[in-house]
Amino acid sequence: MTRRREAAEGAQSDAAIDFVGVHKWYGDFHALRNINLTIGRGQRIVICGPSGSGKSTLIRCVNGLEEHQRGSIVVDGVELTPNVKRIDEVRREVGMVFQTFNLFPHLTVLENCTLAPIWVRRMPKRDAEELAMKLLMRVKIPEQASKYPGQLSGGQQQRVAIARALCMNPKIMLFDEPTSALDPEMVKEVLDTMTALAEDGMTMIVVTHEMGFARQIADRVVFMDNGEIVEINAPGPFFDSPRHARTRLFLSQILHH
Amino acid sequence: MTDAIVFVRETSEPEDPPPRLSRGAAAWAKANLFSSIGSSLTTFVFVALALWLLPPLIGWATTKAIWAAPDGALCRQHQDGACWAFISAKFDYLRFGSYPIAERWRVNLVEAVGACLIVWLLSPGAPIRGWGALLFFVAYPVLAFVLLHGSRALGLPVVDSLLWGGIFVSLLTAVVGIVFSLPLGVLLALGRRSRMPVVRSASILFIEFVRGVPFITILFMANTMLPLFLPESWTPDRLLRPLVGIALFSAAYMAEEVRGGLQLLGRGQYEGAMALGLKYPLMMGLVVLPQALTMVIPGIVNNFVGLFMDTTLVSIVGVTDFLEAMNNAFKDPGWSGPTIMATGYVFAAMFYFAACYGMTRYSAFVERSLAKGRER
Repeated sequence: MTRRREAAEGAQSDAAIDFVGVHKWYGDFHALRNINLTIGRGQRIVICGPSGSGKSTLIRCVNGLEEHQRGSIVVDGVELTPNVKRIDEVRREVGMVFQTFNLFPHLTVLENCTLAPIWVRRMPKRDAEELAMKLLMRVKIPEQASKYPGQLSGGQQQRVAIARALCMNPKIMLFDEPTSALDPEMVKEVLDTMTALAEDGMTMIVVTHEMGFARQIADRVVFMDNGEIVEINAPGPFFDSPRHARTRLFLSQILHH
Repeated sequence: MTDAIVFVRETSEPEDPPPRLSRGAAAWAKANLFSSIGSSLTTFVFVALALWLLPPLIGWATTKAIWAAPDGALCRQHQDGACWAFISAKFDYLRFGSYPIAERWRVNLVEAVGACLIVWLLSPGAPIRGWGALLFFVAYPVLAFVLLHGSRALGLPVVDSLLWGGIFVSLLTAVVGIVFSLPLGVLLALGRRSRMPVVRSASILFIEFVRGVPFITILFMANTMLPLFLPESWTPDRLLRPLVGIALFSAAYMAEEVRGGLQLLGRGQYEGAMALGLKYPLMMGLVVLPQALTMVIPGIVNNFVGLFMDTTLVSIVGVTDFLEAMNNAFKDPGWSGPTIMATGYVFAAMFYFAACYGMTRYSAFVERSLAKGRER
């Protein structure tokens, strides 16, 4: 335990996120059990596992949407504590994309993107709009800027959500099952956007069941079950020769149904 | 074709226009008024009722009415028609109460400025509405107070609020109630959903207490208890007390409407806002409340309408609102007569109806224009 902490401190300069002995409970339910995971800058981590395994809880702990009760999480050199200032500091540097998009339906696409830069970063409106248009261009939907989210398809909405997160110029991006709520024909456009982002060197944690995507972009794949990390490996060996029985069972279930 | 097991389409089906519905008045009437025996009967019954009730009523209000008369004598002779002459004779009193005649231009000015600001604020797409709001909520109350109450420094004689009365007091009460109850209600609703137990309990206690007590009780309490809580030299004005009462009363109901809107909003909106780094006030002000309030516009306007009606109750604590001014006007012996009271109350009803119907139509218009942009 102590050795691990020393290692973590030594590696702080190039670790984007560092989990040390993290536990979380929902009431009596032990949702995260002794999570130890270090993610370096520019690394892409894919987390998979059966539903209820704690993978969403884990990434929601990174930006303080969930609180952990034991252990430490250090994000970009800032340790997450219940201190609100710390959490805000972390949230400014960490972008998040949700399964259900969570766009603001009363604002246009452009306003969705400029809201946080203007009000949190105190950016002048014109600069924020310029930045937003640049990022909407990057996710390939600049022509939808003046529409409302309700007028877009699911895939377009999710790409807007990615652009909105990127407008804060985050160092780390979290993706919580970004394609699970999409119609099958729209999954690809979102994955392509994420692949492009990965190729630009963004630090990413992605919770997903898209194994093709994981194989293509992940540096490491983390398999979680029952609140604990069961296996971590590079995508090649992870998919070709999984070592733990539970990983094998999970992979056989999702790959051959 | 249907018996084929394998089928490959070679040409596309043409895109045809939908079949034409039968049009015209006769077709519409048949479909909507006489579609069945029951529907035909209902139509006949209601048309008969309208023919029976409406002509005498319209006749009473127009052709048989007395439109101009120096006093009530003419109205006493013609008792089958309304006595509008009474309204025009008493109109100044109904508008201003006992406000000194030489100073009534001040009331007119306040009303005109207020009306302009409200139209400015409520027109969608009006220019620089932020400045309008600032003027209305900050500069206008000061202007209204200085003009209505008076100021020696500006050479405006002070008019005691005992003399205020009529439509202008009704409007003042309603506007003050509306302007204060909405923000107060929003705060109470947020307080009721707060994580801080003290704030939450205090909000619940206030809301449930006020909602559990009749409005008249609140008015009496504001009238007699408010002075007890404040320093003796600071005795609140006789008109201010019911104003505070009405704002607090309405705020409790408003809070429950707003809470309903907050509950309709999913957790995702909060999480989306938090993940972007928006702090609580920004999250509420920019993301949560705009959506929650829009969803409960009908309920909020319903509260405004109720509040406007409730302003008539301030008369029981000695404030001369429009209805009370009307009751006072009936006491003029020169204008006593059997048709006078009916005329007066019909006129009062029309005034309240026009104001409240206007509010509901405006809210329907706002809902429609908000829905236009957002829905698929």
